[in-house]
Amino acid sequence: MTDVIAPPSVATEETATELTLPPQVPGHGIDEGHSGGHEDHGPSGILKWLTSTDHKVIGLSYMITSLVMFYLAGIMALLIRLQLSSPHSSLLTFGQFNQLFTMHGSLMLYLFAGPFAFGGLANFIVPLQIGAPDMAFPRLNALSYWLYLTGSITMMMGFLVAGGAASFGWVAYTPLASSTSSPGAGGDLWIMALALTGFSAIFTGVNLVGTIFYLRAPGMTMFRMPVFTWNMLVTGILILIAFPVLTSALIMLFCDRHFSTHIYTAVGCHLVSGAPYSGCGSPLLWQNLFWFFGHPEVYILALPFFGIVTEVLPVFSRKPVFGYKGMVFATMAIAALSTGVWAHHMFTTGAVLLPFFSLLSLLIAVPTGIKFFNWIGTMWHGQLQFSTAMLFSIGFLFAFLMGGVTGIMLAAPPLDFAVHDTYFVVAHFHQVLFGTAVMGGFAGLYYWYPKMFGRMLRENLGKWHFWLLFIGFWVTFMPQYIVGLLGMPRRVASYPSNLGWQSYNIVSTVGAFMIGVSFFILLVNFVVSWRNPIPAGDNPWDAHTLEWFTTSPPPHHNYTHLPPIRSERPTWDYNHPNDLTVPHGKTARLKKEKVPVG
Amino acid sequence: MDSSLTSPPHGTSASTTEIVPVRRPRRRRVGAGLVAAAFLLTGCQLPTFGEYKGSTTQARTEYHLWQGFFIAGLVVGVFVLMLITWAIVRYRRKSEEIPPQHQYHTLTEIIYTVVPILIVLVLFVFTVLAENKVTALESNPATSIHVYAFQWGWEFEYPNGVKVIGQTTNDPTMVVPTGETVRIRLDSYDVLHGFYVPEFNFSRYATPGYSTYFDLNVIHNGTYRGQCTQLCGLYHSLMFFNVKSVSPADYATWLRTELALAKAHPSSAPQLPSGVHAGGGTSSNSNAGGLPYGD
Repeated sequence: MTDVIAPPSVATEETATELTLPPQVPGHGIDEGHSGGHEDHGPSGILKWLTSTDHKVIGLSYMITSLVMFYLAGIMALLIRLQLSSPHSSLLTFGQFNQLFTMHGSLMLYLFAGPFAFGGLANFIVPLQIGAPDMAFPRLNALSYWLYLTGSITMMMGFLVAGGAASFGWVAYTPLASSTSSPGAGGDLWIMALALTGFSAIFTGVNLVGTIFYLRAPGMTMFRMPVFTWNMLVTGILILIAFPVLTSALIMLFCDRHFSTHIYTAVGCHLVSGAPYSGCGSPLLWQNLFWFFGHPEVYILALPFFGIVTEVLPVFSRKPVFGYKGMVFATMAIAALSTGVWAHHMFTTGAVLLPFFSLLSLLIAVPTGIKFFNWIGTMWHGQLQFSTAMLFSIGFLFAFLMGGVTGIMLAAPPLDFAVHDTYFVVAHFHQVLFGTAVMGGFAGLYYWYPKMFGRMLRENLGKWHFWLLFIGFWVTFMPQYIVGLLGMPRRVASYPSNLGWQSYNIVSTVGAFMIGVSFFILLVNFVVSWRNPIPAGDNPWDAHTLEWFTTSPPPHHNYTHLPPIRSERPTWDYNHPNDLTVPHGKTARLKKEKVPVG
Repeated sequence: MDSSLTSPPHGTSASTTEIVPVRRPRRRRVGAGLVAAAFLLTGCQLPTFGEYKGSTTQARTEYHLWQGFFIAGLVVGVFVLMLITWAIVRYRRKSEEIPPQHQYHTLTEIIYTVVPILIVLVLFVFTVLAENKVTALESNPATSIHVYAFQWGWEFEYPNGVKVIGQTTNDPTMVVPTGETVRIRLDSYDVLHGFYVPEFNFSRYATPGYSTYFDLNVIHNGTYRGQCTQLCGLYHSLMFFNVKSVSPADYATWLRTELALAKAHPSSAPQLPSGVHAGGGTSSNSNAGGLPYGD
């Protein structure tokens, strides 16, 4: 087993090959970090959180803020579900209801799922996984966070102004989002908030791409990067493609609302029988621009969580990820396809019924399917240990399978005509987004929490959290498929009582409250781990990737020394020198055994 | 139609095994034959899988496509589900032994790439065929109705000038002839709305500044409920309408009666609520053509 392929630059001793890193961040001396302990760098306490440019501090700030947004949006969801548990509920007015679902969607999508993944987890984990001391542009990183926080506060301010928060849905379709149909400051605050968080996302995208291309440790070639880092690279590129379009579209919407530019309104149109309109703005332009952002955005929200699951499954199966390179190419294929499918959100406009969009939407199933078989192949012949992180990852597989199958149905325009804007679609995208962002996201939280804080979350509380969430998930969303097929539209505050929709809605509400309770348990888990810490050690899971080689939490600038990086799992190779990856199964293994004989 | 959605793979395998006898033809032939026969015999008696069977010919097309997609999804979904479940049950940790560290298996990887592509292509072909049927516009429709949506109600305008208008408090009813092609032209006065009749398995946005057309062929007499599906502001939840399908003779009678009523009592003719023109893009007089908005 000593004949592992070692790059010539790396010493071939069996153990503890230490590479002292050259200083990579200008302005910081090489005298730091050699003790490997927790040293004080700059201010501490609240001033540290306010002034830090350390990717770990910023990452944690991002995660805490986005979790606050997640809980707020969750409470909104519970109010929505309470309202819908009876046909003509007087709990909320129609106006309040419209504000709540708008803000629920906006918070979950713009202020939780994305920032939690690429601002929080990626910020913390990616530099560690590639052996970098920090992000490429630490100050830009801090700016990203403060823009994001400002944007989040701006959006929540909507509830304080006259007329209330934005109430035109998280997609802000024009002309409903125009100043005539939605006057008031709530809509403007919503636009400004998104512009701020949009810039924050763009800067984070720049930072991620720059970091991954330029700050990899010696030996960390592209095809030795962990899949999570790969997915964050592709996510970063997708952010750079998608978010500028959103930001521009928002600025035009703002001009429409305040300077009467009529870019998205049809005022002044000439209506000629049988001929297209001319000489006016187009409400459909907003939809085209929004979804040109919006569909890549769906994958900006999904790919990081695919990455998390791809880290967790191999570790708790004690195997390398199956089909690593295929997985990477599948990620790239999903990203490429995602830029050409935006019109499937617009089939029912009747304006974009090209089969092209249908074909591309269906084709996304192929790379996604590849990922599924990679995940299953990773578990195959493994030694599965059902830790909380693993349970969440497997829960993700089930949830995303269901969401994926119904997604295929929606890619066919005739089926989309039948269920568009009904609860069928609501159930579909919650299963996809909840399945990825929540199941995947909290798999990541349980998995990396020991690395972030040096202490463990309680496994028994974690399992309660998982099972309540998992059961609540199906109880909430399966009835929504049925009531959607019966014809219940989304975004309605009341519904006729004679159509038999109420029983499904009650079941759905019960499920939503199960999910609510499960997240209360998570809070308890945080408190318990804080009051009675169980030290985690450097590598509690016997994990594979580089971040588990350093201390928990990692020291300032992350590493004092690195193991040799010869595969995509250097920490495993270092700890298990006799169980290195055998790329091609049995045949490769036999050949290897023959070598010493010959 | 619906049986052919799912049977081609079985059908072809059955025919090849008949021509070229191979080593284990019997089980495959019997199996494929059973599946094909089951689909052929049951035909439309396949389960509805939760979808409406459809009250228009267009809806029936959608319904059959739904059945095909549902079966395909069920087969693929259950297959993957079984793989995951098997992995979880079979490979749970029993010892601290480190399992074989394999990473690639080229043949498996090729299979799980190529097979989904083939499935997707088959689904795509049926999608395009069904889509063309659902969105087809007949060259000579029996009647055409101009539908306008507004906050928060509907206006149905008939070729002879008869108008039906209703909003939140009183749902308007669109009367159509059964068994004939009805051309719908859909417009909006203000914001986006969604014209949706669940039992027609069909919805279409009403977009200001963009007219859209579709055909309906209602199969049986009856009243079908409809509702706005695209968020359109405060009272979006209350924007209902009905489609009442009657025999062509009754339809003609109804049109004549309504016209006579409108002429006899012009003052009681249905009115759009005031303010509907304010934020919008189209004019109710649009049949005249070429009218600029905003006069």
